[in-house]
Amino acid sequence: MIEMMYREALRRAIDEEMQRDPLVFLMGETIAERGGSYKVTEGLWRKYGPQRVIDTPIAEASFTGMAVGAALVGCRPVIEILFIDFAMLAMDQIVNQAAKYDFISGGQGTVPMVVRTQGGAGNGLAAQHSQSLEALFYHIPGLKVVMPSTPQDAYGLLKAAIRDEHPVVFIEHKLLYMTKGPVSEEETVIPLGRADIKRSGTDVTLVTYSHMTLKCLEAAALLESEGISVEVVDLRTLSPLDKDTVLSSARKTGRVIIVHEAVKRGGIGGDIAAMLMEEAYDDLDGPVLRIAGRNTPIPYNLNIEKACVPSVADIVEGVLRMV
Amino acid sequence: MPTPPAKGGSPRPPEPILLGMYRSIYATRQFELKCIELYRQGLIRGYLHPYIGQEAVAAGACAALNPADYIVSTHRGHGHCISKGADLKLMMAEIMGKATGYCRGHGGSMHISDKRVNNLGANGIVGAGIPIATGAGMGIKVRGTDQVVVVFFSDGASNNGVFAESLNLAGIYGLPVVYLLENNHYAVSTPIECATGCCDLAGRGPAYGIPGICVDGNDALAVYREAAAAVARARRGQGPTLIEAKTYRHGGHHVNDPGLYMDPAVLAEWKARDPLLRTRRAIDDDARSAEIEAQVDAELEAAVAFATNSPEPSVDAFLAGIEDR
Ligand SMILES: Cc1ncc(C[n+]2csc(CCOP(=O)(O)OP(=O)(O)O)c2C)c(N)n1
Ligand SMILES: [Mg+2]
Repeated sequence: MIEMMYREALRRAIDEEMQRDPLVFLMGETIAERGGSYKVTEGLWRKYGPQRVIDTPIAEASFTGMAVGAALVGCRPVIEILFIDFAMLAMDQIVNQAAKYDFISGGQGTVPMVVRTQGGAGNGLAAQHSQSLEALFYHIPGLKVVMPSTPQDAYGLLKAAIRDEHPVVFIEHKLLYMTKGPVSEEETVIPLGRADIKRSGTDVTLVTYSHMTLKCLEAAALLESEGISVEVVDLRTLSPLDKDTVLSSARKTGRVIIVHEAVKRGGIGGDIAAMLMEEAYDDLDGPVLRIAGRNTPIPYNLNIEKACVPSVADIVEGVLRMV
Repeated sequence: MPTPPAKGGSPRPPEPILLGMYRSIYATRQFELKCIELYRQGLIRGYLHPYIGQEAVAAGACAALNPADYIVSTHRGHGHCISKGADLKLMMAEIMGKATGYCRGHGGSMHISDKRVNNLGANGIVGAGIPIATGAGMGIKVRGTDQVVVVFFSDGASNNGVFAESLNLAGIYGLPVVYLLENNHYAVSTPIECATGCCDLAGRGPAYGIPGICVDGNDALAVYREAAAAVARARRGQGPTLIEAKTYRHGGHHVNDPGLYMDPAVLAEWKARDPLLRTRRAIDDDARSAEIEAQVDAELEAAVAFATNSPEPSVDAFLAGIEDR
């Protein structure tokens, strides 16, 4: 294993896939010579040239549509939409075009493209640069949604996303880019649709993903010293959802809390809770809980921004309420 | 064909207009410098996009407006806000995230709006203000008033689809909107030459059947003259105008961007055409400009004190208020 930052792991995945497949190319705003705002594509323009690492004007709707078109003629475009908030400008192409083509054409063509984007609160960027909007994409049949929490997962899952025959919305978190972790030295592809048990335990299951995984692990460590054994299931891929791993953990512990940063209303948590009711009701020792973002746009001020997103203390408290 | 920038000196506007523009320019410059200082001290967080170098555009355009006219602004919006008549206290409090700020500390630098003076607000989404302004123009038409909207946006936004759609719409309906394209030659680090095959941005007006005018954006008098003409046309029901004001940032895209990609020689040329110095020279009366500067300095000092002494928003009150959102 080698120690790497999340953003370096993403870069390595893109680099290896570009090397392996000349049909992989990148488009986005200031991703070329400047290497992207979060420095994920740094160095790739120099290595692969302006034919394959392409800066676009501020034209999200159209360059996303271009990715759909390029994918239809055999390329594997990986586009970067700098903030998930800006992906709202490209919703027609993602939702009505990329997600539908395979179906409406009766299987004549697929759209193997990756939309890399980034969300989450925590940097004082306010309501239009801090959202967690994964549920919008999760809701759409025909889209895969990936939200890795560690450098290793970011690396292996991005490689799988690029190789996938279908459109993948790959959502990074702005607070994760600089986090470090071990990444396998040998080439590794992590299949989409498999959750990862980041910590095993027997009393309570926390189902989570992306940056909240780190907070859940912190909470689990604190709870261990109180004699409570917490299992942390990192979904990694929201769609396809790894129901088996969630269900077997729920059956083992009998108690489940779903933890996500996105607002609770209409969130992934509600869907997973309903799935547990439908499929594991008899194995549960009590109601499934959700610890999630507050139902509000993210404010600018530090104190109130913090209050909108679940904290480690909120998770600890939630678990204590349950056991 | 778009009109090229006027050669030679611009005719002097009435004295109060000239002094008002200088006040806006000087206040914006000092306000931005203070914000940068406070940012470095950790008292401002998030994104901060200084308007330094472009002050004459907002000052000139807003000088052509009545208080009842609307403006729509951008992420680089402090100059628009100040030039439309903002209270520096409420602005500074907002940017420092205080409960007393324009947006109760919810918005920060990128989201200031000021209903009192019909500033419909800044925006974190590039280009988003353009259709909003177009709609405000439609609203004015429906209500039958003689108000006008000026929408500020920059070269980057002009390459977004909403720009094309909005110009087309405003042209069809003859809306009272002045599209003020501040061509500061960069969208973040992307030079305009790399973002379009045709850098004559004013020329996009005639493509939609509306006048396209190019003006020296570092010349407040020239901006005022063109804006006043466009506003007068809009008020008379003669429809929209696109004004391209050529200007330049004096630094990087935001406070943490050193702007190393900017050619120092070109930057030096633009700095030599500093809108602040040019407007002060146009006044040509040291006593009067010094008087304005002293007033602004005092106002700014009071604004910083007000913001510093203001309370943070209450977390409990905030959380209590959100469940019905
Ligand atoms: C829709 C959208 N895409 C991308 C961004 C990120 N972004 C913020 S400012 C900016 C550059 C804008 O350039 P321009 O319109 O020329 O305005 P300027 O910064 O020069 O004032 C970009 C790309 C954004 N805020 N919104
Ligand atoms: Mg610009």
